[in-house]
Amino acid sequence: MTLEGFLLLAAALFAIGLYGALSQQSIVMLMMGLELMINGLIVAGGAFWYFVAPQTADGQVLVLVAVTVMALEMAMGFAVTTAIFRARDVDTTDGAEDLKG
Amino acid sequence: MGEVAGLMGGLGVLVAAVALSERNWAGVARGLVVQRRRTLLPDLLLIRLGVVTLPVVAVLAALVLPVGERAVLDLGVGIVWFNAMEVGAWAAVWLAGWGANSVFPLVGGYRFVAQGLAYELPHMFALITVALGAGSLRFGEVVAAQRGLWFVVWMPVAFLVYVISALAMAFWGPMGEPGGAGIAGGVTAELSGPDRLVFLAGRYALLVVAAAAAVPLFLGGGAGPWLPAWAWTAVKTVAVLALFAGIGRRVPAVRMDRFMTFAWMVLIPLSLLQLLVVGIVVM
Amino acid sequence: MAFWILAVLAVASGIAVFVVDSMARATFALLASLIAVGATFLLIDLHYLGALIILMMIMEMLVMAVFMIMFMMNPAGLMPMSMLHNKTGAAVISAAVFALLVAGIFLTDWPDRKGAPPPDPTEALGMSIMGPKMLVMMVIGVAILATMISTVVLATRRGRYDA
Repeated sequence: MTLEGFLLLAAALFAIGLYGALSQQSIVMLMMGLELMINGLIVAGGAFWYFVAPQTADGQVLVLVAVTVMALEMAMGFAVTTAIFRARDVDTTDGAEDLKG
Repeated sequence: MGEVAGLMGGLGVLVAAVALSERNWAGVARGLVVQRRRTLLPDLLLIRLGVVTLPVVAVLAALVLPVGERAVLDLGVGIVWFNAMEVGAWAAVWLAGWGANSVFPLVGGYRFVAQGLAYELPHMFALITVALGAGSLRFGEVVAAQRGLWFVVWMPVAFLVYVISALAMAFWGPMGEPGGAGIAGGVTAELSGPDRLVFLAGRYALLVVAAAAAVPLFLGGGAGPWLPAWAWTAVKTVAVLALFAGIGRRVPAVRMDRFMTFAWMVLIPLSLLQLLVVGIVVM
Repeated sequence: MAFWILAVLAVASGIAVFVVDSMARATFALLASLIAVGATFLLIDLHYLGALIILMMIMEMLVMAVFMIMFMMNPAGLMPMSMLHNKTGAAVISAAVFALLVAGIFLTDWPDRKGAPPPDPTEALGMSIMGPKMLVMMVIGVAILATMISTVVLATRRGRYDA
């Protein structure tokens, strides 16, 4: 249990999430990639709190914000997917790459 | 060692409970030895995961509950831990429902998620109300805060919400529609053999744990005359369980869409109001 | 030791998310990864945040599963199919990012630990967001409200004045 260990975990989760977010066509799968990336950020935030500055609660606050962002990202993502699906019957990023209404 | 023995005893009691409610000891024996029925193309991994998760989360939630004076795991954030573990039932029930690749279990699984979205927010507000009243998330301190007056007396709405949500979380009685007879047993429809036994035992374990948690949360924990604390805890747990069983026998089934409306239009405002009252009193 | 087991579990199930065919399995692989991360928090005294992550992520992933199955054409993965684009590019970019991050992790001279964790980190967090960091809490609250309104507006089929 070292700072490096935690950051390594964070980097691995971030990279896997990035791969998913870049390579998945489906919007919902893309969001799973984003969730994994934020998951990595959460690990890093908690690790910095414990191993660098446990005296102040800043790291904890960061984690709290990241967890909230995860939930909001998911809610907005599904709302957008639902709207796109209603408008033009697609659920992939490739089907929604233009800005035409 | 004592904990292990207690756990085994507890599981034995649960299997007996399954037998009693199915009115069938032979059914239990059959469950242990009979070969499982399979549906076409089931997702076996997910079924097993769901079946095993249900008793596991019930036990993990029970760890933080004080039996008498102390809990097995006296966590500073016991209430949050309890809540997190008991939400694991969502995953368990949905997985068991999805994995069978069959219509009625799937419907049951989705019903449970809908029910969960309805009961969880009022349930959380009830727990927060208790934590606010005690000024702590630790079960031990919640019990200590009730030395003068039990929380059930001055937080009746929170207690009522807790009872409703406990029934919903263990899909029991009026909230039992995810596993109800109306959809041929719902999530349990395709479970057979040991799977069924473990899943039902987990469900009863969840009901028992929900009843047991009401004791430190609202009923003063182990406080009481003459008997030692652990005995009072047991007596009160059985009393709450009897209340649950009575409701299960007498109240008709509730449709989840109606429960959803009721939860969001009535229970959430009421529990927020209760929270406000408790907040003012504590200040 | 416990940390490394959890870390391997988190990374392995993170990879599984993009390997398995079944959407249900993918969602629950992601849940496993998130829960493993929540469990690592229990190891570093962050009991409240650890339990909170487990609690929120179970609920979130269940909602996720419902939407995944609603939108994907092949949710159970019974007929394997590929829904990928730019596979090589994505692999190269993420591998490069990972390499950069790892290099940064091991080359940076991290500052020494200042002070020790408070006896109750949960209380420290609460005092912080209700005191000096109150602005963060207020922004989160407004953001949640804005998200609630905009998701309903986006997702509803009816317009403002339709019946």
